[in-house]
Amino acid sequence: MNRAPLIFLGIFFALAFSWTGIVLTNQISYGSLQPVYDETEGKSFPQQTPGLAARGKLVYQDLGCIYCHSQQVRRPGYGADIERGWGERQSVPRDYIRESRVLLGSMRTGPDLRNIGARQTDRTWQYLHLYDPQITSAGSIMPPHRFLFETRKIIGQPSPKAIQDKLPASARPPAGYEIVPTERAESLVAYLLSLKDTYAYPETKNVYVEPAAEAGKEEKK
Amino acid sequence: MMVPAPSLATSLNPATSTAEVKRAELREIDASTKWPALFLLGSAVGWLLIGTVFALISSFKMHSPEFLGNYEWLTFGRARTAHLNAVVYGWSVNASFAVAFWLMARLSRSVLRHSGLLIVAAVFWNVGVTLGIYGILAGDSTSIEWLEMPLYATPLLFLAYALVGAWAIITFRFGKSPHIYVSQWYILAALFWFPWLYSVAEIMIVFTPARGTVQALVNWWFAHNVLGLWFTPIGLAAVYYFLPKVLGKPIHSYYLSVLGFWSLAIFYNWAGVHHLIGGPVPAWVQSAGIAASFMMVVPVIVVAINHHMTMVGSFNALKYSPTLRFIVFGAVSYTLASLQGSSMAIRSWAEVTHFTHYTVGHSHIGMYAFFTMVMFGSIYYIMPRILLKEWPSATLISVHFWATAVGVIIYVVGLSIGGVLEGLLMNTPVLAHKLGLQPTDDPVPFLDIVRRTIPYLVSRSVAGVLMTVGHIAFAINFAWIIIRSTQPAASAPTLFRSPPDMEVAAQ
Repeated sequence: MNRAPLIFLGIFFALAFSWTGIVLTNQISYGSLQPVYDETEGKSFPQQTPGLAARGKLVYQDLGCIYCHSQQVRRPGYGADIERGWGERQSVPRDYIRESRVLLGSMRTGPDLRNIGARQTDRTWQYLHLYDPQITSAGSIMPPHRFLFETRKIIGQPSPKAIQDKLPASARPPAGYEIVPTERAESLVAYLLSLKDTYAYPETKNVYVEPAAEAGKEEKK
Repeated sequence: MMVPAPSLATSLNPATSTAEVKRAELREIDASTKWPALFLLGSAVGWLLIGTVFALISSFKMHSPEFLGNYEWLTFGRARTAHLNAVVYGWSVNASFAVAFWLMARLSRSVLRHSGLLIVAAVFWNVGVTLGIYGILAGDSTSIEWLEMPLYATPLLFLAYALVGAWAIITFRFGKSPHIYVSQWYILAALFWFPWLYSVAEIMIVFTPARGTVQALVNWWFAHNVLGLWFTPIGLAAVYYFLPKVLGKPIHSYYLSVLGFWSLAIFYNWAGVHHLIGGPVPAWVQSAGIAASFMMVVPVIVVAINHHMTMVGSFNALKYSPTLRFIVFGAVSYTLASLQGSSMAIRSWAEVTHFTHYTVGHSHIGMYAFFTMVMFGSIYYIMPRILLKEWPSATLISVHFWATAVGVIIYVVGLSIGGVLEGLLMNTPVLAHKLGLQPTDDPVPFLDIVRRTIPYLVSRSVAGVLMTVGHIAFAINFAWIIIRSTQPAASAPTLFRSPPDMEVAAQ
């Protein structure tokens, strides 16, 4: 008795089932989601990531930031993403349609970064934090990224981008030297600052709101 | 419980093929697999050591971020990724190739033909993995979970895989065995599923990326199915073979093994979406993923009953047989990992544990306590049979077992407790307050959570050191058995101690 063909058919259909359901169906149903054109602003959203930030995203990828930082905000009432200030609203599929690589992430050893560009707008803070997280966030377990900076002799005018004056005394270079972000650091920070989902799409206006929160608001009125 | 017809049961069961003729035939089959198996297993052990080094580096960095902090190519995001790829594509896949085709040749009663081709495939695979891990360290990672290897490595991997797959099908087709044992079902299915998953994922995420979060769905459809439809079937195939083989008695129920296989095939491949619960993907597909994850209880319980009932009455044998001890540890871990996985898909529990170290603990029950331990057990059985000599040191095997078993238990317990604490504080502040973990309902600052998880991250490093000791013991024994001189006469298998009243068969 040779049941191999029958077994093979079963094996084939088992995976074909989920391939159709998870991959194909979703590709058909929202795989060609379009940007929304806002007439009052004269722009379409989500906006294209600017060139420098797009290069910074590649740095974000090659350093493996995704393994500690997610980029997705969950709805109010599920998790504490909104309470933690990680976003004003939940992330929706349309937020990601301009990204050729979607970096949702699955770990939050560090905070979610989907809206880091909206909540930490200070470029210098970003540089210092990258250079040594202990400067801005004592007790953090994020690795230092000193290799994204260059220590060099000051020749002529000091660079306006130099950060050594803001470092703690022990970490400063000898006099006559300065610490400047490399191009990779600059593009990475540009990318981080570009991360903000602040535009309200039609679908984000009627998303789930926790009943308790709703009731609370009415009482206040 | 229905009892299968004896003729069917005996012919399906590897444990009953005791006739001398068959034994000689098996020896011939084993001999034909010698060189490819040695190459694959040797590479596997090499990758295990490399992966362990990266694991230790990553683990230390987690609580001491300044450790090796100035080396860009060893920054956490890269070292951790190199660890994952070395242990998954280096150690686990090499080991599963070896175990899968060795089992396939034996169960199909087919001598391995053109073993040179298989060695070529194995060389391609290992060159691909080397290139891939080099690429990750050099900064070419794609940052797609489980698919980090850069473009210049992946086609080589696919080619190697296709060769191995085709070879296994050929071995199966030329086989003399009229029946298909359940281990063969699992192996054939896994060999068919993996290239499908891999090619779809590479095409839809890397080559011509799908739009938006469809990528994330494809990513987790792939990544979870690598576990469920590749490593799990290979691991279960090995358990289904070695458990009855070592005990010398048939598997408890043929029907249960069929039920277990088909329920796994149907439910597992939908389960991956549970990695996106609460994420920006359609709610219905999340619900489907949760339902499928929960339905996984069926195959898991069925397999657990089948294995446990086979073991009943023979627990004494665990004292003697290294293979059995590793395999049983793995089989029990499979049950635990799977039931835990099902529970983690429940929305309210996922709310706490998603994004935390708890998930990392869970993945190590699956990939380490289950799969890796089963592979260790299989290697302890296979090597003496292809080399026709015995393991030089029972003490080293014992060190290997206890260091890895205790290590992985500390690992999982530490990260599970730490992960739940992290999750309660980070995701469900109200619940954390009710449990007395924090003073108010408001979320505590993020850095407080980090500070409170550090002791558990340290416990993981301790566990990692123990596991490293086990791996070194294993590697020494592995190199030793290869270089030691062939024994003049066939001897009894290496056992932890000599059983008082058991005549031990060599095959």
